[in-house]
Amino acid sequence: MSNNLQTFTKGLIKENPILVLLLGCCPTLATTTSAINGMSMGLATTFVLVLSNIFISLLKGFIPDKVRIPCFIVVIASFVTVVQLVMQAYVPDIYETLGLFIPLIVVNCIVLGRAEAFASKNPVFPSLLDGLGMGLGFTFALTLLGCIREFLGSGSIFGFGILPETANILVFILPPGAFICLGFVIAIVNKLKKESH
Amino acid sequence: MAKKKESTLINMLVALFVITAVAGGVLGLVFSLTDPKIKEEAKKKKEKAIKEVLPLEDKITIFKEDTLWLITETDTSAFPCTLVSDSISGEFLGAAVKTSEGGFGGKIEMMVGFLADGTIKGTSVLSHAETPGLGANMTDKFKDQFVDKNPASYKLKVTKDGGDVDAITAATITSRAFTTAVDKAYKAFMDNKAHLNNAPAEEIIPEAEEIEEITENEEGGQSNE
Amino acid sequence: MKYLFIILSTVLVNNVIFSQFLGICPFLGTSKKTSTALGMGAAVIFVLTLATLVTWLTNRYILMPLGLDKFMQTIAFILIIAALVQMVEIILKKISPSLYTALGVFLPLITTNCAVLGVSLTVVTKEFSFVKGEAAQLLSLGESVVYAVGIALGFAMALVIFAGIREHIELMEPPKGMKGTPIALITAGILALAFMGFTGIV
Repeated sequence: MSNNLQTFTKGLIKENPILVLLLGCCPTLATTTSAINGMSMGLATTFVLVLSNIFISLLKGFIPDKVRIPCFIVVIASFVTVVQLVMQAYVPDIYETLGLFIPLIVVNCIVLGRAEAFASKNPVFPSLLDGLGMGLGFTFALTLLGCIREFLGSGSIFGFGILPETANILVFILPPGAFICLGFVIAIVNKLKKESH
Repeated sequence: MAKKKESTLINMLVALFVITAVAGGVLGLVFSLTDPKIKEEAKKKKEKAIKEVLPLEDKITIFKEDTLWLITETDTSAFPCTLVSDSISGEFLGAAVKTSEGGFGGKIEMMVGFLADGTIKGTSVLSHAETPGLGANMTDKFKDQFVDKNPASYKLKVTKDGGDVDAITAATITSRAFTTAVDKAYKAFMDNKAHLNNAPAEEIIPEAEEIEEITENEEGGQSNE
Repeated sequence: MKYLFIILSTVLVNNVIFSQFLGICPFLGTSKKTSTALGMGAAVIFVLTLATLVTWLTNRYILMPLGLDKFMQTIAFILIIAALVQMVEIILKKISPSLYTALGVFLPLITTNCAVLGVSLTVVTKEFSFVKGEAAQLLSLGESVVYAVGIALGFAMALVIFAGIREHIELMEPPKGMKGTPIALITAGILALAFMGFTGIV
C-alpha cells in the first residue's frame, strides 16, 4: 500500500515532471499566460495521462515490443482527440485560448515518457496512480507559473484584479517573460533541492 | 510479469491495426455525440457577434448569409456578411460584414455592423495579434468612437492622414489597420447595397417561441423580445 | 514575392521557438554544442518539410473526402510523422552512417518535437495571410511547404545561435541554483526579447 502511495506522490514534488524532470516545456511556456489557462492545460493533460496509462497497462500483453511506440501513440492520440472534442463542445472559450496545444498533448514528452517508463511495465492501478500523480504535479507547476505571470503581467490572479493596471509588467505575459519566469522557478526549485540534502 | 508477445511482422501489423481500428471507432462515436453541441456553440457565438455589432433589441430578425464583392482596379476581395432583415415586415435592417486588414503583429479580423443607410452601429474584433497594452487596446475605447457614425460624413482615416478617427497613442499602425478594415467593409457594403435591399430573405427558421410571439402580437404591432 | 514574406515572417517575426513555443525540448536538449545543434537543425529541416508535405496531402486527398478530418486528424498525422522519422533513420543509416551516429538518439526524438506536429496541424487549420491586406484563405500546398521550410530554418538558426551562447556560458560560473537549465532559460528569454524587435517587419 505504501508503495502505491509513493507511486502517486512522487509525481507531485520529488519527480515533478516539469520542475525536476524538465519534461513538457512547450505547453508550460505557451499556456501559462494566466492561472486559469495553466490549470486548464494541466487538467486536460492529466486526463490524457491517466487514461492512456490505464489502457496501455491493460494492453501491455497484447502489444509486441517492436511496434510498441506507434501503438502507445495511437492510444494517446485517441484520448487527446476525445479531450479536443469534449472541450470544443463544452468549454469553447478555453478551447480557443489553448488552441494548438491541446492536440500537441500527443507529443508531450511526459505522456509518452510515463507510458514507456511505467505503464507498459506495471499493473493497472499503480499506472493509474502514476499518471494521476504526474498529471497533478504538472498541473500544480503550470498553475503556479500561470499565477506568477498573470500577477506580474496583468495584476490579477484567476481573473481577480489585485494590482492596478499601471503596475503591470507587460513582458511577463509575452514570450520572453515565459522563459525568464520558468528559469527563475526552476532555479529556486534547484536551490531548495540542494538545501534539503 | 506479463508474457510479451513475439514481434513477428503479422503480430505487429495486427496489433497496430486493431488498436487503430478500435480507436477510430470510439472516436467516431465520440464525434457523433459532440458534433451537434460543437455546431450549436459555433452558431451561438456567431449570433452573439452579430448582435454585438448590430444591436436591434426591439426587432425579431432573420439572418441570411451572403458575400459582398469589392472590385477595384487592383484586385477583387470577398467580404462574408450576414444580412439582417425584420422577420415581420421583411424590411432590410442592415448587415454584419466580416473584414480584415494586416495590422502590426498580424492580421486583424473584425466584424462591422452597418444599418441600411451605412451608419456604423458597432465593431467587434474577432482575432488579432497586436501588442498587449498598446494595439490590443483597440477593443476598448478606440472602437467606441465609430458607433453611430456614418462614413458619408465621418472620414474613415486617422487624423494623421487627414481623417476623423482618433488613433491610439503609440499604436498608429494598429489604428490605421483597424480604420482601413472598417473603410473596406463600408465600401463593399455600399457598392452592393442596391441588390441587397431586394434580396428575398431565405429564412433561417426562427425559434419556436419567436414564431408564437409573432402570431400573438400580429395585431399588437411591434413585438418585444 | 509572397514566399519571401512567408520565409521572413517564420524565421524572424514568428520564430517557432521564441514566439510560438514549439520545439523547446530539443532546443534545450541539443543546444549544448554548436556541432550537435547544426546536425539537429539539418535533420529537423528535412523531417519537418517532408512531414508537412505528406500530412497536407493526406489531409486533402484522404481525410477530408472521407469526412475523417474532424476526429482522425491527430492520430493520422502523428502516425505519419513517426513512420517518416523511422524511414529517415533507416535511409540515413544506409547513406551516411557517420551522420547517423552523430545524431544518435536525437533522430527518433524528432517524432516528439512539437514543432513537427504543430506545423502540420497549423497549415491545415488556420487561415493565413502573410502579406498586409490580403484576404484570408487556407494555405495551398506550395505555401504550406514554404512555411514548413521557413519554420525549420528559424528553428535551426535559433538552435545554432543558442548553442554558441551556451558554449560561452559553460565557461562562466552562474549561481549554483542557476546552473544548467535555469540560466539557459533566462538566456532564451533575453533572445526572445531581441527577436521581439522584428515584429512589424512583414
